[in-house]
Amino acid sequence: MNNLEQIAKEIRILNVKCIESIGAGHIGGSLSIVDVLTALYYKEMNIDPKNPKKEGRDRLVVSKGHAGPGVYATLCHKGYFEEKELYTLNKYGTNLPSHCDMNKTPGVDMTTGSLGQGLSCAIGLAVGSKIKKDNATIYAIIGDGESQEGQIWEGAFFASHKKLDNLIVFLDYNRMQLDGYLEEINDSGNMVDKFKSFGFDTYSIDGHNIDLICETIEKAKTVKGAPHMIVLNTTKGKGVEFAEKAGPNCHSMPISKEALEEAIKGLK
Amino acid sequence: MEFRQALCKTLTELMEKDPRICVLDADLAKPNGTFPLYEKFQDRCFNAGISEANMASVAAGLSAYGMIPFIVTFTPFASRRICDQIAVSIAYAKQKVIIIGTDPGITAELNGGTHMSFEDVSVLRAIPTMLIYDATDANQLAQALPQLIEYDGPVYVRIPRKTRPDVYKEDYEFKLGKADVVKKGKDVTIIATGTMVYESLVAAEELEKEGISAEVISVNTIKPLDEETILASVKKTNKAITCENHNVIGGLYSAVAEMLCRKYPMHLESIGVQDEFGQVGKYSDLLKAYNMTPEDIKKLVKNII
Ligand SMILES: Cc1ncc(C[n+]2csc(CCOP(=O)(O)OP(=O)(O)O)c2C)c(N)n1
Ligand SMILES: [Mg+2]
Repeated sequence: MNNLEQIAKEIRILNVKCIESIGAGHIGGSLSIVDVLTALYYKEMNIDPKNPKKEGRDRLVVSKGHAGPGVYATLCHKGYFEEKELYTLNKYGTNLPSHCDMNKTPGVDMTTGSLGQGLSCAIGLAVGSKIKKDNATIYAIIGDGESQEGQIWEGAFFASHKKLDNLIVFLDYNRMQLDGYLEEINDSGNMVDKFKSFGFDTYSIDGHNIDLICETIEKAKTVKGAPHMIVLNTTKGKGVEFAEKAGPNCHSMPISKEALEEAIKGLK
Repeated sequence: MEFRQALCKTLTELMEKDPRICVLDADLAKPNGTFPLYEKFQDRCFNAGISEANMASVAAGLSAYGMIPFIVTFTPFASRRICDQIAVSIAYAKQKVIIIGTDPGITAELNGGTHMSFEDVSVLRAIPTMLIYDATDANQLAQALPQLIEYDGPVYVRIPRKTRPDVYKEDYEFKLGKADVVKKGKDVTIIATGTMVYESLVAAEELEKEGISAEVISVNTIKPLDEETILASVKKTNKAITCENHNVIGGLYSAVAEMLCRKYPMHLESIGVQDEFGQVGKYSDLLKAYNMTPEDIKKLVKNII
């Protein structure tokens, strides 16, 4: 196991502990993006946990805002705030609400939770960076269920028309949404082809291979004149056996003390 | 009973009788309790996935084809997210769609600020022809649904998903458009809606012990408002407050104030969200945070009398 993989494991443990502290939460969609979060915060992004609002920093919009617990576990591991804060998730008065909030949590760059809006916000950030010529890279993570929202495609048109090559979008392609599998609910077909036809520079990779995620980001950065779409083929609930086994039902799950111990044992 | 169980049970009965009724969801069929309908009525249930705007206009199309569609999602997505689709495809085009918004206001609890709608009634109330019904308990909802189908115009229903205390007895009869006097009194009128009817009753019963006789009105439909019942009460008490699980701007407070201003000008106070955003918390925490507890209601009543 390399260093980044070790970090991702530790983040997954924090992620499950965080949800256990309130007894239930969005575990599936959080765990499915821990590897990309690790790649971004530990290798790719120009950021400073001691100065979360640093000028010209790279930014991340987690458009699937319900993955808050995964984001908080990563930010905590990276040193944006203390571990004890992680266990205030969703408690009254917390700085860690169930959906990402840029005015509450240090390190969160955009408020999300109403699906479909975050990609457009990221596009706005990318345009802003072009105006300021600060060479920042803007990252966004969108869900595959979320991609049923029309606004995602309004954004895709616009980003491509504006040739936003400073925008790197990840699609968390876990093939599940809340009510079930995408293919049962409203199948979106081949997402790589769709984004390609919208003018994106596209990639489709194993979303749990951190080194490959880093390599792909570097490759994408060399392609000029188009926004980038990296489709991450992922498993919802990745790394925690009972969550993976639950399939679509791992979207939001109760996590008991025993379940937490089982999850930690499995991850170690 | 949970509101969502009452919703599913009643829709099952109605769909068995009326082949025009369809149900549409936007990837929240499981949390909203409509999921079992998909098994039973395969050809009349549609999960649009996460595409609320699409769902709303598809429903308008179904209605134009003679069907009676119900669309079901969380209140913020059933109102502000699809406001223009409701205004144009549904209301302006005179299409009969019944919109079920779940977990209004603070009942969104741990879903937090992004999911906590304090403005759904305001935005939809301003659309002509819309009926706005804030359900008080699950039994009432079950009685209301068939009457809402009969109503000539689009309908917005606010219901919590889970259980709230019952307000009405077994023999209660719901009449669409009519407010209910749920407790008689002579000193002050508490005009309440939705889950706040229960909190108002708790307050009124405690006030009674302290020698203050409060009349509690459950409004049911914020639009159209039952002016007669409200006027009859306030003409007797000359003192009134409203109680709602919503922003006081544009909600029940506004609706009652607008009416009283024209017909019986008087001072009116409000319990409800005073123009703030939502946040995460349990129902009881949030009731306190926005000063909406029975204790707060009592205090306000004592202030005005
Ligand atoms: C506009 C909107 N509609 C509905 C929801 C409720 N909701 C939250 S997560 C979710 C499913 C998301 O599926 P997907 O985008 O695939 O995320 P993941 O599988 O990564 O959890 C739904 C329907 C929402 N948050 N926003
Ligand atoms: Mg998904």
